[in-house]
Amino acid sequence: MSSRETILKRLRERSDGPLTAPVSDFAVVTGRGWDAAERVARFERLIGSVHGEVVHTSRASWTDTLAEVLAAKGVMRLALGRQHPVAAEARSALADGGVELVDADRDIEEWQREQFESVDAGLTSTRGGIAETGSLWLWPTPDEPRLISLVPPIHIAVLDADSIEDTFFDVVECHAWAQGMPTNALLISGPSKTADIEQTLAYGVHGPKALVVIVRHTGGVPA
Amino acid sequence: MAAVKLYPPRPEKVYLFGTCLIDMFYPEAGLDAMRLLEREGIEVIFPDDQTCCGQPAYTSGYHDEAREVARAQLGLFPEPWPIIVPSGSCGGMMRAHYPQLFAGSVDEALARDVAGRVFELTEFLVHVCHLPLKDRGESETIAMHTSCSARREMGLADTGPALLAKLGQVELVEQARASECCGFGGTFAVRHPEVSAAMVEDKTQAIEAAGAKRFVTSDCGCLMNIAGRFAHQGKDVQGEHIASYLWRRTS
Amino acid sequence: MSAVQDAVHTYTPREFHRQAHDALGNPQIRDNFRRAMDGLMDKRRGVFSDWDLETLRELGANIRLRALAKLPDLLEQLEANCQANGIRVHWASDGDEACRIIGEICQSHDARAVIKGKSMVSEEMHLNAHLEQAGIEALESDLGEYLVQLNEQTPSHIIMPAIHLNTDEISEIMHTRTGTERTRDVDYMTAAARQQLRERFMAADVGVSGVNFAVAETGTLCLVENEGNGRMTTTVPPVHIAVTGIEKVVEQLRDVPPLYALLTRSATGQHVTTYFNMISGPRKPDEHDGPREVHLVLVDNGRSSIYQDDELLDTLRCIRCGACMNHCPVYTRVGGHTYGTTYPGPIGSILMPHMLGLEETKDLPTASSLCGACGEVCPVKIPIPDLLVRLRKESVGQGRGNVPGAGVKRSAKEVAAWKGFEWLATHPAAWRRTTALAGKLQKLLPSSIGPWTDYRSAPKPAKASLHALVKRHRRGEGES
Repeated sequence: MSSRETILKRLRERSDGPLTAPVSDFAVVTGRGWDAAERVARFERLIGSVHGEVVHTSRASWTDTLAEVLAAKGVMRLALGRQHPVAAEARSALADGGVELVDADRDIEEWQREQFESVDAGLTSTRGGIAETGSLWLWPTPDEPRLISLVPPIHIAVLDADSIEDTFFDVVECHAWAQGMPTNALLISGPSKTADIEQTLAYGVHGPKALVVIVRHTGGVPA
Repeated sequence: MAAVKLYPPRPEKVYLFGTCLIDMFYPEAGLDAMRLLEREGIEVIFPDDQTCCGQPAYTSGYHDEAREVARAQLGLFPEPWPIIVPSGSCGGMMRAHYPQLFAGSVDEALARDVAGRVFELTEFLVHVCHLPLKDRGESETIAMHTSCSARREMGLADTGPALLAKLGQVELVEQARASECCGFGGTFAVRHPEVSAAMVEDKTQAIEAAGAKRFVTSDCGCLMNIAGRFAHQGKDVQGEHIASYLWRRTS
Repeated sequence: MSAVQDAVHTYTPREFHRQAHDALGNPQIRDNFRRAMDGLMDKRRGVFSDWDLETLRELGANIRLRALAKLPDLLEQLEANCQANGIRVHWASDGDEACRIIGEICQSHDARAVIKGKSMVSEEMHLNAHLEQAGIEALESDLGEYLVQLNEQTPSHIIMPAIHLNTDEISEIMHTRTGTERTRDVDYMTAAARQQLRERFMAADVGVSGVNFAVAETGTLCLVENEGNGRMTTTVPPVHIAVTGIEKVVEQLRDVPPLYALLTRSATGQHVTTYFNMISGPRKPDEHDGPREVHLVLVDNGRSSIYQDDELLDTLRCIRCGACMNHCPVYTRVGGHTYGTTYPGPIGSILMPHMLGLEETKDLPTASSLCGACGEVCPVKIPIPDLLVRLRKESVGQGRGNVPGAGVKRSAKEVAAWKGFEWLATHPAAWRRTTALAGKLQKLLPSSIGPWTDYRSAPKPAKASLHALVKRHRRGEGES
């Protein structure tokens, strides 16, 4: 008998007999009832508490904000996609500036060392945010691959304020994640960190040292 | 975590289960518990044939022996009166573990009945007697160590402090890491003496650092352990069962 | 630098007492653990303060119980969905078989270098040693694991592997092993490790990771982490091998958010970790990064035995948060290595006897005062104290014999002692005579009674027992 068969047989022929599966009540992880302003405020407070930087801007002028962030952080080389509107708008806005745009939609084998050693920041879109934990959710695509939010020392993520939902459970349910998962789905909540050296927090151990979230608003922009 | 318990109205009579440690080492605490109850107009029945709840054997894995010892106690409480136990450890054994110890046996129903009538002393004084206390003692600063069984198995972290708060002249200070075990743990103190010693050392230091010259507890295992450590070091910090402390200051 | 090892120091559960003695006598170890555990307990308390924690724990326990109730079906469903997603699934009855499977995958790719994300199951099966014997270098990439590996040690905590080391010790290890300049600057050391490991990620042929939750419904492997090494391990090398115990499966994707909420808050007092990484397959043809191959190795290693018994089953609910050790007064004082097992602390004491047998681990179930702190904080409500008692029962041969080595601690002397106790406590008249006699003889009793009196004064039996005092009280005689 294979190990597979042995294991399954032992589990099926359980000596204390079959178990009864209980029904779960998920009320405790949903139904927060926060309004839009509260969601944004909570998101900012929570991600801020783990060193995520939040910059508010309007939908119309977000690329100006991006340029300011890039200048403030001294970013010379920015990796980004091409097709997603975030990448497309960033590309056209930054076309004549001093920032070199690095194509992220290439097989990693072609540019691994370049990505690891000479890209200052990665720009990505996000699918949404989670107010309760201050998290971004990303489904990397061929256009915006997995590693551009991880390898460069700075990750700049663009988030629409109205895409922030209350809880992780709400996101999984409302967007029917179970109907079709991507190769990789990610929650990102702040820059990479560790407390492995005597409980002292240090940032940027393997992933980015800084995470900047550009929050785009269609209505008023919070001060 | 103990389930929420519905408390009965004040009964006419109660049983007192004194516990083996009190019987042999701290009998005054048992008597003082009885006096506190009697002062409230409650008749206290002390079944003479009581010995031990069986817990030492139970936690050591000797459940056959523990069951026989427990069985010898089950028949001592024939009337439907509450059973008062001046120990969270023994009370927890009787309330939480008797039903499971007798599960599937002829005594299961009786074990459940007894378990359902068990109250730890401070729990009973607070929630059933609503005990009034008039402090006649000198002003002093004390600490309380609530046993892990009272705190976690029976869910009674607050009843001891609630009683002490009624003593006008007593300032109750909380030692650092108040909820941490003192290191007694029954046979644990014997099987792992060095670890147990490190735990009681930290507990005595915390009580001293809180500025208390006296500590009270509702469990004689903890009392024996903590007071024994203070005495061994020649430190002038006294320990007392909470029943004795309450009686002494209000009589 | 007592904790900085010059050579491999092996710990074994057989030597619990000696190892505890050594740890208790080591102020550095005592201090490192005390401060770390105090901090973790505080953070956990804070992070749950605005939650209905009992309801959330109830849900966590319920989700895990449901998964276990359907375990064989869910494992088959997980396998089918993983395969449909392009993940290759392997089954291993024990640690050796899992090591063999992983070794073979590595060899089929001519792998020389394996980079590892944090995986306690791989520690459980001693994967690194196995790979090294096959000439394959296995390098840990979680910072704590990396430091512990540099120091030729094993983790002392399941979440924070290097928690037994302080900053100075770590500086010394990094200096000795990697040539990093000695410093107390944690950022500097972190940056140095980042640099050292980045090269290794790029050079690695295979990445090996653990799994926090495996979702049957979608064939998804979830990894929880803060550093990003888990994402690196599962994305950069061309081959990713995930290894997990068979109990880690959950039924549905919706089961994941509550367990994740419980895990991070219970483990380190965080609302959330930096990364929650959900992997549902290898790189697709149009994708530009990620491994070309993903394997999942499902490891039994004693779990299906635990599964047989209704009471012991609760052990398998564990989501490996480590809260039980953070709150354990014994673990806090002796540290993780003292246990001599992959999983230390309360969860280790109820899990390792199944993996190693009670003969090897006979001191673990008793290494607890049954204070209940572990059970109180367990996010999935495992009744750890009850399970410790159950294993004590098995040790002395009064259990169901469902644990390897059952009965190993049964001794004629102890049985006689407990039989004697039973006889006395079931003969009330004899009991009363004994307590009365003890009081009369109190002056004659020894003031030294073994280990108790090494640290405490001996308790003296009272002159009159409670039985006697009550009689006098009833007669209205002068008291005390």
